[in-house]
Amino acid sequence: MDALLEPFRYGFMLEAFAIGALVAAVSAVLSCFLVLRGWSLMGDAVSHAVLPGIVLAYWAGLPLAVGAFASGLLCAFATGWIKARSRIKEDTVMGVVFTGLFALGLVLMSRTTTDLHLDHILFGNILGIPRAQLIETTVLSGLVLLVVGVLRRDLLLVSFDPAHARALGRPVALLNYLLLALLALAVVSAMQAAGLILVVAMLVTPGATAFLLARRFDEMLLKAVLVSVLSALGGIYASFFLNGSPAACIVVAQALVFVAALLLAPRRGLWRRAGSAGAP
Amino acid sequence: MTESEPISLEAENVTVTYPSGQTALRDASLRLEGGTICALVGVNGSGKSTLFKALMGFLAPARGTVRVAGRPVREAQKKGWMAYVPQAEEVDWSFPVSVADVVMMGRYGQMNFLRIPRAGDRAAVEESLRRVGMWELRERQIGELSGGQKKRVFVARALAQGGRIILLDEPFTGVDVGTEEAIVALLRELREEGRLVLVSTHNLGSVPEFCDQVVLINRTVLAFGPTDEVFTPENLTRAFGGALRAFEIEHSTVDAHDGRALTVLTDDEHPLVLGRSGHLEYRRRAGREDLVSEREKKAREEQPPAA
Ligand SMILES: Nc1ncnc2c1ncn2[C@@H]1O[C@H](COP(=O)(O)OP(=O)(O)OP(=O)(O)O)[C@@H](O)[C@H]1O
Ligand SMILES: [Mg+2]
Repeated sequence: MDALLEPFRYGFMLEAFAIGALVAAVSAVLSCFLVLRGWSLMGDAVSHAVLPGIVLAYWAGLPLAVGAFASGLLCAFATGWIKARSRIKEDTVMGVVFTGLFALGLVLMSRTTTDLHLDHILFGNILGIPRAQLIETTVLSGLVLLVVGVLRRDLLLVSFDPAHARALGRPVALLNYLLLALLALAVVSAMQAAGLILVVAMLVTPGATAFLLARRFDEMLLKAVLVSVLSALGGIYASFFLNGSPAACIVVAQALVFVAALLLAPRRGLWRRAGSAGAP
Repeated sequence: MTESEPISLEAENVTVTYPSGQTALRDASLRLEGGTICALVGVNGSGKSTLFKALMGFLAPARGTVRVAGRPVREAQKKGWMAYVPQAEEVDWSFPVSVADVVMMGRYGQMNFLRIPRAGDRAAVEESLRRVGMWELRERQIGELSGGQKKRVFVARALAQGGRIILLDEPFTGVDVGTEEAIVALLRELREEGRLVLVSTHNLGSVPEFCDQVVLINRTVLAFGPTDEVFTPENLTRAFGGALRAFEIEHSTVDAHDGRALTVLTDDEHPLVLGRSGHLEYRRRAGREDLVSEREKKAREEQPPAA
């Protein structure tokens, strides 16, 4: 019994639980929009595209988060801008833009001798987050959650039926860019705490799982957050005993929940459907 | 500007050119007042949908202006005055939104920025859904509907919005006769309430039945005004050229033995024409001489020789 409570005895574990749950909640909310809009790769794109910004910020002596945010925003906006002005499909544009920016980041990297911890950025360091980083992540995450919470119906409207949104005089382009800016903000705020790889997974899987489980949008948001937060807590808890990377454990937990939802969802689950199809 | 002020919709020399360089509409002008149902009639590709999008401000005219009650369209949109039912809804049908959710989106203009529905909004949604006969299906996910039912949901959303100008791009395509009649009844009510209804249709036969004005269009506005002035054979020929389907009795299989009495049933642009005894009539005699002579023979046999 005592052994099972062991993880809760360490301050760094408690901090990891808190920050993990927060980052999980923010990514879950955004993942709902990304999954519905067919933007699942946008999280991936933005998180690769932050690299040149990080290097440039390092050179300029600015906070890395500022450079990362600018660079991620550039990727998201460039994608939207090119998409609106050419016949190329969105996923293709995204592929061109983010690989281009990522490669640019690598080129810039090779021009620097740096003590930048690239592996911290990639894999995160959730068990040893500096205090300043903790505060930054909390503030930014809270901001994103607040904005999405307040504007979720308008964001849903422009995602579902932009023509109707325009007919009502809503600023469609502005709301789309806002969603992308929130995404860039979420990626940056989670990056140093949780690592890019974890963020990318968190920006897709909870939304996909909730999509299988929910019939209404608010229900989808709620279930995505629930799934995401519980997987994060479970993953971090398990990593303590497995002595594995917390980020990887979280992603595995999320993937397992997704598979469970795929098979067992109340109405659309594969297991259920196979059963009823076989019945006479 | 208040709700009681009369509404009007005005297009002046509107020219719309698509980014591909295609000019779909040239120097189109029209002016409509509230309390009217106006039909927009023209062949495929004549620019009906283009005109709708220009009136909604979705396509910026290369030349010319669109004004609503003397104001720019954008102002009217912000007030929630402009309701629009597109020809084909370009939405992702897999979204987790219910029929009622979609209709509620019509009310967003009236809500505060949090978009929390009030009792009035719920009542408007219920009434519109009942009017199109979709209240029972309100909990359905939007993709789990038939094509005609989807169309009715978007008509309901336009109703719920309470727009003073309602543009419907071919609302009768793909819906059954009962639904068409229900929609026409709704449009009549909207006219009584002083709203301005503009509706495009290929169903020429029903235009005089419920539209008091007509806009004839083919790349530009050919004619517009009261239905009985605009709906003349000359104007229609100008708008449709050879594309008009006419059932000309002299050339048809309808014959004297029927006393030229016909039953015309129509569910779409194709009317179904039946002779007096209920047999099918065809638009052309050519190739059906056998049928005609057989029917004449039968008619002679049935009639007493004295007559
Ligand atoms: N997005 C577009 N880009 C380029 N040309 C277009 C576009 N949409 C329509 N057109 C062209 O503009 C012209 C008018 O099209 P529009 O859709 O307005 O016709 P319509 O009267 O609504 O036809 P229908 O009865 O088939 O609905 C057509 O010649 C069409 O090819
Ligand atoms: Mg059209």
